[in-house]
Amino acid sequence: MATAVLRASLVAVGLVWTLAVQTVQAEDVKRYVVEGSRAAGLESCVEPTERIRRQHMEFIKHQRIATVHEGIRTEKYSLSGCVDCHISYDQERVPRPINDPDQFCGACHAFAAIDLNCFDCHAAVPNGARLDATAIAAHRAAGVGPLVQSRRDGEDH
Amino acid sequence: MKRIVYREWRIPPARYWSILGILAAVAGTAVLAFGYMEHTGHWVTGMNNSVVWGTPHVFAVFLIIAASGALNIASIGTVFHKPIYKPLGRLSGLLAVALLMGGLLVLVMDLGRPERLIVAMTNYNFSSIFAWNIFLYTGFMVIVIAYLWTMADRQGGPFNRPVGILAFLWRLALTTGTGAIFGFLVARQAYDAAILAPMFVIMSFAYGLAIFMLVLLFAFNDEGRPIGPKVLRRLKNLLGVFVAGVLYFTLVYHLTNLYGAKNDGLEHWLMLSGGIYTFLFWVGWVLIGGLLPLGILYHPELSKERNWIVAACSLVILGGLATLYVIIIGSQAYPIQMFPGQTILESGFFDGVNGQPGPYSPTIPEVLLGLGGVAIALIITVVGVRVLQFLPESLADDVVPVDEETLSEEAFAKPA
Amino acid sequence: MKDENEAIDEAVDPSRRAFMGVAAGVTAAVVAPGVLLHAVAAAPRSEPVTADVRWGLLIDTAKCVDGCSACVAACDRENGLDMQSKPESQSPLKWDSQKAVWIRKVKLQDNQTGRVTTLPMMCQHCEHPPCVDVCPTGASFKRADGIVMVDRHLCIGCRYCMMACPYKARNFIHEAVHGQLTAVPRGKGCVESCNLCVHRRDFGEESTACVDACAAEGHHAIVFGDLKDPASPISQLLKDMPSRQIREDLSLNTGVRYSGV
Repeated sequence: MATAVLRASLVAVGLVWTLAVQTVQAEDVKRYVVEGSRAAGLESCVEPTERIRRQHMEFIKHQRIATVHEGIRTEKYSLSGCVDCHISYDQERVPRPINDPDQFCGACHAFAAIDLNCFDCHAAVPNGARLDATAIAAHRAAGVGPLVQSRRDGEDH
Repeated sequence: MKRIVYREWRIPPARYWSILGILAAVAGTAVLAFGYMEHTGHWVTGMNNSVVWGTPHVFAVFLIIAASGALNIASIGTVFHKPIYKPLGRLSGLLAVALLMGGLLVLVMDLGRPERLIVAMTNYNFSSIFAWNIFLYTGFMVIVIAYLWTMADRQGGPFNRPVGILAFLWRLALTTGTGAIFGFLVARQAYDAAILAPMFVIMSFAYGLAIFMLVLLFAFNDEGRPIGPKVLRRLKNLLGVFVAGVLYFTLVYHLTNLYGAKNDGLEHWLMLSGGIYTFLFWVGWVLIGGLLPLGILYHPELSKERNWIVAACSLVILGGLATLYVIIIGSQAYPIQMFPGQTILESGFFDGVNGQPGPYSPTIPEVLLGLGGVAIALIITVVGVRVLQFLPESLADDVVPVDEETLSEEAFAKPA
Repeated sequence: MKDENEAIDEAVDPSRRAFMGVAAGVTAAVVAPGVLLHAVAAAPRSEPVTADVRWGLLIDTAKCVDGCSACVAACDRENGLDMQSKPESQSPLKWDSQKAVWIRKVKLQDNQTGRVTTLPMMCQHCEHPPCVDVCPTGASFKRADGIVMVDRHLCIGCRYCMMACPYKARNFIHEAVHGQLTAVPRGKGCVESCNLCVHRRDFGEESTACVDACAAEGHHAIVFGDLKDPASPISQLLKDMPSRQIREDLSLNTGVRYSGV
């Protein structure tokens, strides 16, 4: 009986803690949106905040099949979209890799203790050609190579 | 004929634990080597974009085919009704599982993304021999464990033969599948040959039996259990037949290649000018793995001495590793003939400029990883025979069942 | 997964297509999917790729210049391969055998006649690719439009496809990668190869990096286009000039054809 009570109270504490943390994190998120980006003008992300927060991995997983196997590039869930809107810059306007432990993706995944290996392969900063035909053409016309070099993408797994 | 009694391996604890300790140390360094290769990436190995499978694959394939070969002894007893092999069946099954486990671990630990093993378990492309092999390997383990149960448990007795037959057919499929990994590759001249599949089967007979005999002799010797000359003579004659079989398949394989002009370049390179691969072919594959053990095993005097038989088994194993080194690495090192009748003068990607073979030299982490697989297989075996009744107390001539020719009916009544 | 693509081709919802056509201002094109595809080519792709097109290259070795490697440099730049750096303690020779090369220049001499040819080699985008057959997880796949590529999310790095490729077109990424391009994700432990600049395809661009570079040098040795469209420049050229597949004995029906070898 005593153990059951103890267990129940532990669960309760855990739940309260989770809720509290989510509230705090909701505050935090605001500073992660790039000014002037698509997300800055929106009430929430491409889905309501609660939904995207819980299911973003499912969304981008579904999207990746459409993109890699079918070549569809216009779906709203896009990893480079995450990076575009939620990247942050240091004083010299150099973007910080989004999976750094104090950055948008990295902070939350570090907190949730989930290994984030998207950025083993994917660019963790907006890098080079933006995924937009006119922009690609413009860059190429201007002879601009990759816009910025990230310093270090992702932890080695 | 007496009843066969199985007993745990009762060597002194100090010796048992030191054997385990040494094996664990080897396995431990392999884990370190794995961590190192995974953390830094495969650039620290000798493998590259020309020779993509290296030393770990030599060990892995050797262990995997030896695993199915080790099961042979049990199959001969159960499927082919040779009672003299029945007392050896349990050890045979245990070794089969252990060797397969060791080989698969090496294979998995060399993947570029081993943490994605779950992907390999959940996404299948059934036109790939590799995907089929995943089922063949896991199925083999399950069947052999069931087979061991039928041998060890009284209730399992009635299932002994059906399960034994299934295990026998399955191990043939498994080794054929392993050979087909290479035999179905049209891209590389040395691989594009269906004979590789049966050749892998006969190789598995030889290597599996050699390992089995070494383990058996070591285990019996260490605890002072007797082995009579009858069993030993049977085993060494069998090994001789298998080794001769490997040589025969080798001959046919190369004769086929030599007959067609398009493979002249490959054969000339391998037989004469391939450097380390030529050396390993003649000295390792043919001499050490074939002619020398044959000479010992059929020598009228030497073949009666246990130490010489041990030497022959060791030579077969060393020769087997050399064979697989030539088959796996040598075949990749020989440049792909994309432009027959033309010489490559320059290339940005090691296309065999002036017939140069692809570069490869093994590195220490690769070798450690491969040896780790061997150590894991032996750890499983050692622990198995220590805690369970795998080994018969005696294989002396008056204990082992007589040959089937002189067997009376009641000997069939009871499964071993 | 590759087969699903084909199934989807057949089952394209005509009303959706019609809508797309209207949006692009070419309602008449609705009836002809091929035409439609060209009409909406300027925007990022929003419909699954179809087997109505098959991308390919024609390489005229007579125009390929010995000593020029503009295509290689352009490919490296386009796909971020120029950012590969040799691990410090690695020997340069070994690094050469381990770094990624998607396109390479090869110079050959005929043993009988002594004729020297140079040509670029890359993934040949076979119709029946051996690398796709052998891949245990289905990571190596052929897109409906004929591009053979690797789904890096599924690749476990077993390298069996590299064993199976008759053109040695594939590379294993031996080292950790940093500073990838957004358009070309790539990372340690997976296999990769030329994908006919798949990001350019999906954003409706006309050609590939190597083709552009070759043209910029004035050589025009590489032509890119749709092998299924009889009016495309590449089909016209293939109709006129003698060409062949490398290793045609394997009957892989490659998407990259060579003339003059």
